[in-house]
Amino acid sequence: MIDRDEVLHVARLARLALSEDEIETMARELSAVLDHVARIGELELSDVPPTSHVVELTGALRPDVPRASLPRDLALSQAPSVGDGGFLVPSPQA
Amino acid sequence: MSAGEILALSAARALSAIEAGELAGGEVFNAYRERAEADREAGAAGLNCFTWVAREPAADGSAPRGASQPLGGLPLAVKDLFCTEGVPSQSGSRILQGYLPPYTATAVSRLTGAGAALLAKTNQDEFAMGSSNENSAFGAVLNPWDRERVPGGSSGGSAAAVAAGLALWALGTDTGGSIRQPAALCGIVGMKPTYGLVSRYGMIAFASSLDQAGPLTRDVTDAALLLSHMVAQDPCDATSLASPEPIRMPSAGSLAGVRLGVPDELTGEGIEAGVMEAFTGALDHAQQLGAEIERVKLPHAPHALSAYYVLAPAECSSNLARYDGVRYGLRADAQEDLLQMYTRTRHDGFGAEVKRRIMLGTYALSSGYYDAYYGRAQRVRTKIAEDFRRVFETVDFVVTPTSPTVAFKLGERTGDPLSMYYSDYCTVPMSLAGIPALSMPCGLSEGLPVGFQITGPAFSENRLLDAAHALERVLAFDGGGARV
Repeated sequence: MIDRDEVLHVARLARLALSEDEIETMARELSAVLDHVARIGELELSDVPPTSHVVELTGALRPDVPRASLPRDLALSQAPSVGDGGFLVPSPQA
Repeated sequence: MSAGEILALSAARALSAIEAGELAGGEVFNAYRERAEADREAGAAGLNCFTWVAREPAADGSAPRGASQPLGGLPLAVKDLFCTEGVPSQSGSRILQGYLPPYTATAVSRLTGAGAALLAKTNQDEFAMGSSNENSAFGAVLNPWDRERVPGGSSGGSAAAVAAGLALWALGTDTGGSIRQPAALCGIVGMKPTYGLVSRYGMIAFASSLDQAGPLTRDVTDAALLLSHMVAQDPCDATSLASPEPIRMPSAGSLAGVRLGVPDELTGEGIEAGVMEAFTGALDHAQQLGAEIERVKLPHAPHALSAYYVLAPAECSSNLARYDGVRYGLRADAQEDLLQMYTRTRHDGFGAEVKRRIMLGTYALSSGYYDAYYGRAQRVRTKIAEDFRRVFETVDFVVTPTSPTVAFKLGERTGDPLSMYYSDYCTVPMSLAGIPALSMPCGLSEGLPVGFQITGPAFSENRLLDAAHALERVLAFDGGGARV
């Protein structure tokens, strides 16, 4: 069971603001889903290696050829706020 | 050719007509553009399949007849989450509303490079998270068989558009069933290729170890045709692979000697009676075509959904960390300090299901819970892949119903995330194993389409398409009930 404090802790980690309503709903729904997925705890898996990736791959290499990167104005063109050729953000310690 | 005659053609048949000089790709493009535009303009009175439709008709008067390129100017609908340069690519999310990418996804640029013309972007569940297309910031898509029902998701716009004849064919993506389940619920063909066969470069990411692009089409031949132009190893996606052989046009008319495995775990409890009836009817047809049917066991398949709903949210929480209001998309007004700007932007920009999965994934990866959830889920994934490998030592393919139910009513499952997740019960195991799987319509239950899923070992696409092609001819499914 996930309680209100845990929801708020996880929301902080996820950089997500939640309204009062959302906190309650989230606690209930996350608990229901986690109860369900906890069933994998019943399986004996201690000798089983984890799979992070299904296809056997070694590092793919390509020729190291210089090429143009994204032009600065194009990279900035979708930003909500820009200044001095960069992304403009509020101060971290306002 | 009249518009009606053009719209009746599959892509492969349209291409033959173009090659014979009887038709120009631009004429096909314009016939579909008018229909797609009408659906977009109709808003809630239409099916709401599209988030963007090409403004300009193709100049078919001046275009030479006969194909100079393999796809001959045929129109292509593309799921919103594929980046398309200068064309809105919003992944069904408010946080990306109006986003114009500076480049195009490899899967799309390969198809346009082969002569496909971008017709439209299709509506989808936000960031591909959902099984009903009700999680879109641009509104729900309606099922063309019954407008009170969902088209499935997350590639719901692509599936509904192809079924309704508003698009010739479409691209979708499948993370846990997002091509196959909507294809099943709309009565069309949908295929998830082997993981890595199609580049993920330019696909707005959900769960990177699972996401895979694939075709949604009217028939199996069109699925092979579209896929054949998508596969390629891409220097921009280090997880993409070179296909061991090119994708061929399927031609098989028999299933002689083909062994089909029916897993007990995915054909029992929880599958609707009408769905099982259509499924076993298709098995009888397969047997008449010479297939041998065997019962098989996938002992860990019942745990696939649990493992998936740890792994996919975990990857999602990491991938969606990039939406912070800095480089693109929405930024909330609250700007007292940087942290508040991040948290308010994400609060305002994400929908309920996306928030739920970000929270779930962040929790599963957080200190003290990692081994119990993420670590264990990765081990379950190993067991599921082993189950399939063992079964494929004795059978060629595993077959199941694609979805446990036919299309459900709008709003029926939105209040209960677990009942929504259960829609993916039969499709998630293949996603975790990274193997190819195709859904094809095999009949109706209560007037709604039922999907038949065929899955094979990694890189068995050509054999799989051949088997589906043989079965398609005898099933002779009539999709006319969905045309608008």
